[in-house]
Amino acid sequence: MSTTTTSESRSRGKAPAGERVADWADGRLGIYSLAKANMRKIFPDHWSFMLGEVCLYTFLIIIITGVYLTLFFHPSMNEVTYHGSYVPLQGQLMSEAFNSTMHISFDVRGGLLIRQIHHWAALIFLAGMFVHMMRVFFTGAFRKPREVNWLFGFLLFVLGMFTGFTGYSLPDDLLSGTGVRFMEGAVLSVPVVGTYLSFFLFGGEFPGGDFVARFYSVHILLLPGIMLGLVVAHLILVFYHKHTQFAGPGKTNNNVVGMPLLPVYMAKAGGFFFLVFGVVAVISAIATINPIWSIGPYRADQVSTGAQPDWYMGFSEGLIRVMPGWEVNFAGHTLVLGVFIPLIIFPLVLVAIAVYPFIESWVTGDKREHHILDRPRNAPTRTAFGVAWITWYMVLLIGGGNDLWATHFHLSINAITWFVRIAFFVAPVLAFVITKRICLGLQRRDRDKVLHGRETGIIKRLPHGEFIEVHEPLSQEQLHTLTAHDQYEPAQIGPAVDENGVTRKIKASEKLRAKLSKAYYNEDSQIPKPTVEEYKEITSGHGHH
Amino acid sequence: MSSQDNPEENLPAEQEHAPGAVTVADEKNPFADPGLPPHEHRVQDIDEQAAKRSERTVALLFTVSMLATVGFIASYVTIGIDTSVYVWPIGHISALNFALGTCLGIALFCIGAGAVHWARTLMSDEEIADERHPIEATPEVKAKVMADFKQGAKESALGRRKLIRNTMFGALALFPLSGVILLRDLGPLPGTKLRHTIWSKGKLLVNMNTNEPLRPSDIQVGSLTFVKPEGLEEHDHDFQTEIAKAATMIVRIQPDNIKDKQELEWSYQGIVAYSKICTHVGCPISLYEQQTHHVLCPCHQSTFDLSDGGRVIFGPAGHALPQLRIGVNDEGYLEALGDFEEPVGPAFWERG
Amino acid sequence: MKKLSARRRHPLAAVVVLFIALAACAGLYTAFAPADKAQADESAQSLAIEEGKKLYAVGCASCHGTGGQGTSDGPSLVGVGAAAVDFQVGTGRMPAQQPGAQVPRKKVIYSQAEIDQLAAYIASFGAGPSIPTKEEYSPEGADIAKGGELFRTNCAQCHNFTGKGGALSKGKYAPTLEGVSPKHIYEAMQTGPQNMPSFPDTTLTEKNKKDIIAYLDAVNSDDTVEPGGLSLGGLGPVSEGLFAWVFGLGGLIAVAVWVAARTAKAKKS
Repeated sequence: MSTTTTSESRSRGKAPAGERVADWADGRLGIYSLAKANMRKIFPDHWSFMLGEVCLYTFLIIIITGVYLTLFFHPSMNEVTYHGSYVPLQGQLMSEAFNSTMHISFDVRGGLLIRQIHHWAALIFLAGMFVHMMRVFFTGAFRKPREVNWLFGFLLFVLGMFTGFTGYSLPDDLLSGTGVRFMEGAVLSVPVVGTYLSFFLFGGEFPGGDFVARFYSVHILLLPGIMLGLVVAHLILVFYHKHTQFAGPGKTNNNVVGMPLLPVYMAKAGGFFFLVFGVVAVISAIATINPIWSIGPYRADQVSTGAQPDWYMGFSEGLIRVMPGWEVNFAGHTLVLGVFIPLIIFPLVLVAIAVYPFIESWVTGDKREHHILDRPRNAPTRTAFGVAWITWYMVLLIGGGNDLWATHFHLSINAITWFVRIAFFVAPVLAFVITKRICLGLQRRDRDKVLHGRETGIIKRLPHGEFIEVHEPLSQEQLHTLTAHDQYEPAQIGPAVDENGVTRKIKASEKLRAKLSKAYYNEDSQIPKPTVEEYKEITSGHGHH
Repeated sequence: MSSQDNPEENLPAEQEHAPGAVTVADEKNPFADPGLPPHEHRVQDIDEQAAKRSERTVALLFTVSMLATVGFIASYVTIGIDTSVYVWPIGHISALNFALGTCLGIALFCIGAGAVHWARTLMSDEEIADERHPIEATPEVKAKVMADFKQGAKESALGRRKLIRNTMFGALALFPLSGVILLRDLGPLPGTKLRHTIWSKGKLLVNMNTNEPLRPSDIQVGSLTFVKPEGLEEHDHDFQTEIAKAATMIVRIQPDNIKDKQELEWSYQGIVAYSKICTHVGCPISLYEQQTHHVLCPCHQSTFDLSDGGRVIFGPAGHALPQLRIGVNDEGYLEALGDFEEPVGPAFWERG
Repeated sequence: MKKLSARRRHPLAAVVVLFIALAACAGLYTAFAPADKAQADESAQSLAIEEGKKLYAVGCASCHGTGGQGTSDGPSLVGVGAAAVDFQVGTGRMPAQQPGAQVPRKKVIYSQAEIDQLAAYIASFGAGPSIPTKEEYSPEGADIAKGGELFRTNCAQCHNFTGKGGALSKGKYAPTLEGVSPKHIYEAMQTGPQNMPSFPDTTLTEKNKKDIIAYLDAVNSDDTVEPGGLSLGGLGPVSEGLFAWVFGLGGLIAVAVWVAARTAKAKKS
């Protein structure tokens, strides 16, 4: 693999300058071997494969703008009086953190823009990760060999949430301060050690004078450091595994079809970075985010209605809002279930989606590598589970914004809260059942399409007066694409008696697995895809529909 | 293609035909993979005019980007930071932020758009298939690794010299404790700090708005007033920490409408003082509805009835709002008759 | 028509049909939705009686009783004062149209002169706060920053940081303060309409009220500068999150579709 042949400077018979630099680097870093494997690496083209890039690029934007913000931000809770250029806060007492954020927003040229880019990019980063994760989930891209990368991605999402939380708490404004106060209450609810944890976290009683500085080092150093490492590992694995692809002509489990890294993907992916940055910059030019000047500095005795966290924490807000106020007092102690239960469910909501791939691989017992993506309809149980999970998440988001739902749709907060309490249990089940039916319907349609061809919308009148719709047979490409998916059969429990006549004990886990496998792959859970025989039988007798 | 179940192992069998094998459609298998479709040319591949047009478009995009960067610098230099401008339909906004953001956005977007247009129209769009290789190592490699490992393990004698192994694990397990112990000074121990506020007997109720003590006649039925204990000033260095517990609201309810006996006793002629800190997770609760005497928390919608001992009537709070016992001193000002009798704010393990 | 039917199997056909259906629903809704018109007003307006008592007898007495003593449908008006009348009628809340969690702000149906007559009549039931003078509520010369602090202490918990409104229990709500005149804001603080508590001069001085009005004038008027751009309703993270999803991620996905799409092929000749 030659590097770019620079035609100029072929002086004194030596190799071109670029090549000499490359030779130098190869002698020390071995770049030619690296480039051999990767320079013409193939990436398949699909818009949904770029969601991960959205995340990567917004993450880079956040790091770049974040470094700029640290040049001006003072992570201190010392009290100062405001004398900046924003009139409605003149002479107000505030922490230095708030004051310096005001300074960035009003007195540093371009500071507001960078602040807004940083925050908008963060919201889009988390949203991008969410959708990216769902893309991977619904297409089954998490299957072997990519389970580890699924976990890396999941960790990035969770760490991203907490990096976001510590970040928006830094300006010490009234809204984020309310969020931090909530966090104090949540920590206090932990049995036995809650008060100690809270005092250690805040350096004493809430709010104290320490948490901004502590959150600062967590926000700019600890969490992003871990995330950067995970992002690198995530990318290395993407390169190593090579990208998945959808089924189609010429696309098999043993190849990857697409465009080479150099030059097409270099240009497309590199260009996409600038496109993402450009879009975020324009959004930051036209839309305000976190206007701390309107919100005001934090005071422990003040509050505003509509106190919500950023969207990615919204589901935890929903949990805490709709939980009944249970509190158990015994032997001089209090068990604050009303806060502690949501605190426990909060990670469980996330873990539910994170462990699913492992459950599925256990149920199927499939140890093969999978590089061809599933269409969501062809994995009805998985798709239904995913939609149920999203529904669950959305119900909690509704709960987290119940006051805004109430004012904007003229509803009662109490009614919404009750709705969420019930929907928390009911909605995922409904979503599961409905999604599964839809998937089966779509499978049936695919089957019809394969066997009878595409409905053309052309109505033909036959000589004897009958009207029929003309069906157009599918091309071989389409036939292949629609029948390329695997269909499992339910796993059976092995014989209870082995060949030597010894009865073995059937483990409960084995029974459970057989049961689950049956639920996944019995005839109610998938429509058998058309067989060659069926196809031939129908196509041989033309005209019958 | 469908996988058969293997009852012994419960594993689906390998696919029927060798994966990846490209089969030509025939009578036997009409669903066979026809292989990559032949490459079709784009306009740009066959028409040099069109290719030239694409080239000019890309160059134009890159030029626009350059101009936008110049615009960015010009805006930075010329537009004042406090200049506002009306932009339809956004409204009155900072001219500098809008100009910088738009220029930066255009500059970046056009670089990206140029590169992508270049890639899409002028670079080869022929799809290439690349072979995949199993991630798993071959059995020979695995055998070699296992042998190496065994050799290494044997040479270390870790399995044989149990004493070394056990003490090493012990040392490794213990040393992180140093790190944990270092965290001890992150904060003081809680002690009973959460149980007390700075309210005490004789402290006047000072109006947060005027910083003046209040007389009973100042408080009308249906009004809402926030008070702090006498002596706590906004610029005190522990103001935040103290007000986080001591913030109090006072309302006046017709004594006949007060349902709770103790509440009436602790009030002064229907003037009742309640902690402003929600017993759920500590938001300053104060959405007082004067007709129903309900007070709602804006954070999580816990609702308390101030005419009934601050009882929880809705939402996630677990216990009633603490009431502050008040009276009137010799000079006719409202004063506290003691601290809150129970801890204010969110519940915790030691609360009891 | 033939063209149309040939395309009804197009992948985007369902989307198009959905949009047409939605547009049709919206059209039908606007055509048939109950017009936002006060029913009780015409009779009252056409009468145009000069005297408050007569106005009262027509517009108010059915709920508040002939002598303002109150009935099961409306509270007593004894001692509410002229300021309360000016607020309730001047913002169109009274006369109320229908029972509900809360009486909403509506089109004002009385002229200011009529409102003044009504106020004078109701004030005669018993003493109460009088209508503030322009000097009292005019925001000029007030301390905006102090007003902001007072607003965050006393008002923001229900009305939001910059007065965009918020929810209360059981369908009640704190209305937005956008476009509410300084006089009515002053009167609301003084009288505590409906479920809003009052903030009498004894606890929130005249000066304090002026400061609050000045703050609102600075942060919640048509001329307020929002340095960062669109304020997205001033509702905080919920609308920001929605915006980030729809326009941020939505826009980026649209871009991604373009980046990944196949370039148009030359037509086969």
